[in-house]
Amino acid sequence: MSKLHVSTTVNGDPVEYLCDPRETLLDCLRDKLNLTGAKEGCGTGDCGACSVTVDGRLVCSCLMLGVEAEGKEIETVEGIADGDVLHPLQKKMIEYAALQCGICTPGILVAAKSLLEKNPNPTEEETRYWLAGNLCRCTGYDKIIRAVMDTAAEMREAS
Amino acid sequence: MALDDRKSEFTFVGTRPDRPDGLDKVTGRAKFGADMSAPGMLHGAILRSPHAHARIVKIDASKAEAHKDVKAVVTRADFADVPFKPGLEGEFWNVLENVMAGEKALYDGHAVAAVAATSALAARDALKLIEVEYEVLPHVTDVDKAMAPDAPVIREGAADYSVPEGMHPNVVRYHESGHGDVEAGFAEADLVIEDSFVTEATHQGYIEPHACLGALGGDGKGELWCCTQGHWIVQKTCAALLGIETSQLRVTASEIGGGFGGKTTVFIEPVALALSRKANRPVKIVMSRSEVFRATGPTSSASMDIKIGMKKDGTITAAEGIFRLQGGAFPGAPGDMTAMCAFAPYNLTNVRQVGYDVMANRPKQAAYRAPGAPMGAFAVESVLDELCNQLGLDPVDVRLKNAAHEGTKASYGPTYERIGLVETLEAAKAHPHYSAPLKPGQGRGISCGFWFNHGGETSVSLALSEDGSAQVMVGTPDIGGSRASMALMAAEVLGIPYENIRVTVADTASLGYNDVSHGSRVTYASGLATIKAARHAVEKLCERAAAKWGIPVDAVKWEDGCAVPSGPNAGDFDPIPLADITADMGRTGGPISGHFEATPEGAGVSFGTHIVDAEVDPETGKTSITRYTVIQDAGKAIHPTYVEGQYQGGAAQGIGWALNEEYIYGDDGRLQNSIFLDYRIPVASDLPMIDTVIVEVPNPGHPFGVRGVGETGIVPPLAAIANAVSNAAGVRMRQLPMSPPRILAALKDNG
Repeated sequence: MSKLHVSTTVNGDPVEYLCDPRETLLDCLRDKLNLTGAKEGCGTGDCGACSVTVDGRLVCSCLMLGVEAEGKEIETVEGIADGDVLHPLQKKMIEYAALQCGICTPGILVAAKSLLEKNPNPTEEETRYWLAGNLCRCTGYDKIIRAVMDTAAEMREAS
Repeated sequence: MALDDRKSEFTFVGTRPDRPDGLDKVTGRAKFGADMSAPGMLHGAILRSPHAHARIVKIDASKAEAHKDVKAVVTRADFADVPFKPGLEGEFWNVLENVMAGEKALYDGHAVAAVAATSALAARDALKLIEVEYEVLPHVTDVDKAMAPDAPVIREGAADYSVPEGMHPNVVRYHESGHGDVEAGFAEADLVIEDSFVTEATHQGYIEPHACLGALGGDGKGELWCCTQGHWIVQKTCAALLGIETSQLRVTASEIGGGFGGKTTVFIEPVALALSRKANRPVKIVMSRSEVFRATGPTSSASMDIKIGMKKDGTITAAEGIFRLQGGAFPGAPGDMTAMCAFAPYNLTNVRQVGYDVMANRPKQAAYRAPGAPMGAFAVESVLDELCNQLGLDPVDVRLKNAAHEGTKASYGPTYERIGLVETLEAAKAHPHYSAPLKPGQGRGISCGFWFNHGGETSVSLALSEDGSAQVMVGTPDIGGSRASMALMAAEVLGIPYENIRVTVADTASLGYNDVSHGSRVTYASGLATIKAARHAVEKLCERAAAKWGIPVDAVKWEDGCAVPSGPNAGDFDPIPLADITADMGRTGGPISGHFEATPEGAGVSFGTHIVDAEVDPETGKTSITRYTVIQDAGKAIHPTYVEGQYQGGAAQGIGWALNEEYIYGDDGRLQNSIFLDYRIPVASDLPMIDTVIVEVPNPGHPFGVRGVGETGIVPPLAAIANAVSNAAGVRMRQLPMSPPRILAALKDNG
């Protein structure tokens, strides 16, 4: 099967790749663009480790085909920090020890950032339901939820 | 280790600094198993049996081999050819048999062949070109059925000397221990309860599937990158399975995306190396989630009978347990561990426990956090709860009355040194959670839990740099923040800031053998070795200062990061900071390093007590955990935040095991729920905040008093939640998981 040419934008950078029509956006990010921050934990959209945003919408990149990225704006964990300045969520995740192994962390960060952009003042319940699509097996979520809610509070104060 | 060797006042230990790998992990740059690639790399894929039990009559790979994208195909024949180490036996043979099936496929998902091709898609496509002829055999997946006289035999001759005569060949190990006279003890009791319990197999559920990148040449030299809890065991096992010399294979551990015991062995690593040797190119293999569920280590499933006698005042007069554990198609189910741990929290005069290791047509079980202990605790602590209910006694008071303490002869034999069970129970009783009122429909459950903890072979090196910073090389992969703990302990000894220490998980070519990151051993054993390696470097620093001052080395002590003259020379010279000594080290005798290696034996044992509130919806059978408190003895918490994280993570996994998670097999012996949609682990909206209390009863076997904390936290939850649910629903739950249909059925049976 011949490969298809895709032009898209990832973290603000225009990029191009050739992909098999069966390859997912996650495959293309990881294998063609060498952006290995998004992880494949399940390949079925159940774990959220591959979370990215496409035109501002949170998606599992394992559920989207690479060819569907044509002309879109993709944001991944690699684009969350602004140069050498970490996003407040990134700082709080470290400060709260909201990661143990860290494999779910990229997806949690992308999803949490998306939450705070839509809802700067989420309740604990809203935070838990928003992140229900991001599996973490290490932490029991306690410190993750606290880190996200504290970030929200800090960002509200700063704005 | 002598008690006077221990330290009780700390500068760095007990603080909560940021972890050294934090930045890498929040920016996506940390390299996990699947994140590595190599020039010329091929992609491997594995063909797996669709049958639970089948003879492999013939494998025809000619079509796959002829395909232009395929560069190598391997089957068991590619492993059997081991001229360097012929005649694999014991566990190596079992691992080989699991990595690639021999004469029979022993479970749904068992590997039968593998290909390496130019892309991941091409490799997956090529699997369809391999033709396998199977002769399907009768199968068994249930532990009780596997022990029955008419059960199909998984493998003749797998049982060892411990198994009593007359047992089915699927029973492969037998354990019996205890002391006193249980029959006399039961006769003294005012109430004896005898009951039976069942738990299903669960998976460790690490979010990162197994992944590796291997390169092996015809010269017997190889490189392997993989996600593992222990790269030396990977090195040793792969070398044995491929017939190469151990030292010729260099293994580097990637960042690891969770393990919980499930990454303490090999699955795909020897396959990648065999493919690489045949293709003469690097080969990467990444498992799919479905492969992880079907073919890597779940826990054992268990069937258990418990009998406990109690006096009206709560004294346990006798306890007896029979534990049958199914561990897949290979020996290794921890029936012995379940038996030994089950009654370990209690000071018992009369106790007897029996454990069976039973084979069935399921994947080879692997360790999962305190392997074997949670099931036994579920059964025993459920019966204790029922005794308390029927005698009208407080469940914490009863446990305190019978709690093991220093000097107690443990149910499994030895006499306890200083332990912290009583302290966790006292903390539970004093905790506001224990006295908080319950709402209608809610129930509260209590359970204690025990785990052995482990020392293991350990080797650590520490080197000082000219600018006074330090690098520490450990051999235990960091599965939950251990690099931070190592740096804190090294900082404590050297007296330099935490930030000036870099801890690296060294590859197998850079350090001597290190046992796996398991058995809650890393902070204990690698920590002890880090402390000793740092002290070794301090001795050398003191020698340099002594030489400079012209005084005996024993007149120099190390204080707050400086060499200080002491004794008769006290005050004679200004203290010399570490960085001033290292600045000159090239001229004063050369590089300064410290090293320590040993198999430390003082890991000590660990106890915890959990309090859980659960609410059961009688309409749907759904259970909600409304409040959860973990209380556990850490000995000494090096980085308290990460200790809390271990407690919370163990509780969350226990909640999943108790309420949702199970391996579901169809009548055809195939696993029916091999994706996360159907095998549902707890998500954020399922759980409450998990409160933690760190009890610190120092371990006499560690210089700073550390006890491992990783595993004990999963021992009490199954029982504590079952007790909470049983008390909420008004009916005793005897089978896990307590999924909504089971709870509804129990409520219906109860009228």
